[in-house]
Amino acid sequence: MEHYNMHLTLKVWRQPGTNAQGGFKSYEVDNISSEMSFLEMFDVLNERLIEEGEDPIAFDHDCREGICGACSMVIDGKPHGPWAKNTTCQLHMRAFQDGDTIIVEPWRAKAFPVIKDLMVDRSAFDRVIQAGGYISVNTGNAADANAIPIDKKSADDAFAAAACIGCGACVAACKNSSAMLFAGAKVSQLALLPQGDPERSTRVIEMVAQMDKEGFGSCTATGACEATCPKGISITNIARLNKEYLRAVLTSEEA
Amino acid sequence: MSFKKLLTSAVGRKITMGATGLFLVLFLIVHVGLNLCVFANDGGEMFNQAAHFMGGNWVPRILEIGLFFFLIVHIIQGLILEMNNRSKRGVSYAKSYGNRGSKWYSRSMALLGTLILIFLVLHISNFWLPNRVHQGFLLGEEINLYERMKVTFSVGWIVIVYLLGLIALAYHLMHGFQSAFRSLGVHNNKYNKLLTCIGHGFAIIVPVLFALMPLSFYFGWLS
Repeated sequence: MEHYNMHLTLKVWRQPGTNAQGGFKSYEVDNISSEMSFLEMFDVLNERLIEEGEDPIAFDHDCREGICGACSMVIDGKPHGPWAKNTTCQLHMRAFQDGDTIIVEPWRAKAFPVIKDLMVDRSAFDRVIQAGGYISVNTGNAADANAIPIDKKSADDAFAAAACIGCGACVAACKNSSAMLFAGAKVSQLALLPQGDPERSTRVIEMVAQMDKEGFGSCTATGACEATCPKGISITNIARLNKEYLRAVLTSEEA
Repeated sequence: MSFKKLLTSAVGRKITMGATGLFLVLFLIVHVGLNLCVFANDGGEMFNQAAHFMGGNWVPRILEIGLFFFLIVHIIQGLILEMNNRSKRGVSYAKSYGNRGSKWYSRSMALLGTLILIFLVLHISNFWLPNRVHQGFLLGEEINLYERMKVTFSVGWIVIVYLLGLIALAYHLMHGFQSAFRSLGVHNNKYNKLLTCIGHGFAIIVPVLFALMPLSFYFGWLS
């Protein structure tokens, strides 16, 4: 692949704190290699900002290999940028052309308040998991992983759902800021396995209740979440969540 | 608390929308079937008999109350969902391609639903309401609905509003039919694909059959 250098104009959302007024600020960056990652491009810009005595742009990042789900930003209107099934850290600058103007914004959802600049607080996801995304296990020695037979299809589907890295791109892309793809994946990965059975009913009810409390919207099944998910989580997980919910509510002994 | 969840939680509201939506789909099948009686081309005899069965008989009249109830639940729940969903973003995006992978009509269900509601107000005031008023809301004598259709559909703007209402219905069904099943928990891809196909077929065929009636009267295709 041909290597080239670029001059780019970045319009980046700057916001000093959660309750502070934010706004876009333009930055010109030169000599950006086509083989840099999007985050490396920000590193270059931040080095310069620090040298110039300016506040560097705050953004979340951790593993930089596409599996941690930290690098959240909306690039030119697309969560994680223009490439499909991709995270921001794995987005390379060859996705852009010399002279491009790129607009970078944080995830937009009331449930994900901006901490600073492009960083948002995604602890709402943690609380949804805490509400029901767990299983009961016996203490003592670890049980043999293969003691309970599980059919291949269920194991594969559960694994595909478990690939969710909790990055929040589904919420960012959804017109309703709904977290159903995230919750659908988390409910499904446990609902598909025998280990998830003891909490099957309480899990889905509690997780949906927590999502409501956190201020996420409902699902309209537009499919924008599935299209933007870096891990290709299928929207059928949302239908499975709906089934689990309906079953749990109808079979509950609660009046 | 348990049943309340079906009406008030983020998932429960969608389950209500899906269930009432599918009930309304069943109603559309009945309605379009009755309408097709005009094509018996017998001066409205068969159509008026069918209309009499629906209007002059307690069983369909009691079911009619259920229809209005589910329709109102669908409308109110839909409006609440739309208002809730719209309030969740806060600051909107400066540039938004976030809708990749989604169809415009799937994002516009509330708008399409509102257009259908506006059409329904006209439609009900054209036929259902005057007929029931004439009957004294009991099983009184009905008006000749075939003759009334002839008069109503001789007016150009009414025919145009009906066609626009049916286009809104078509797109509403295009997404709503299959989405309703998803909301009710159908996650098997074999059925989802089948239901999407059936839904698209339904969304085209039913509104076209409905549209044939005002068009036939306006252009005088019926003897």
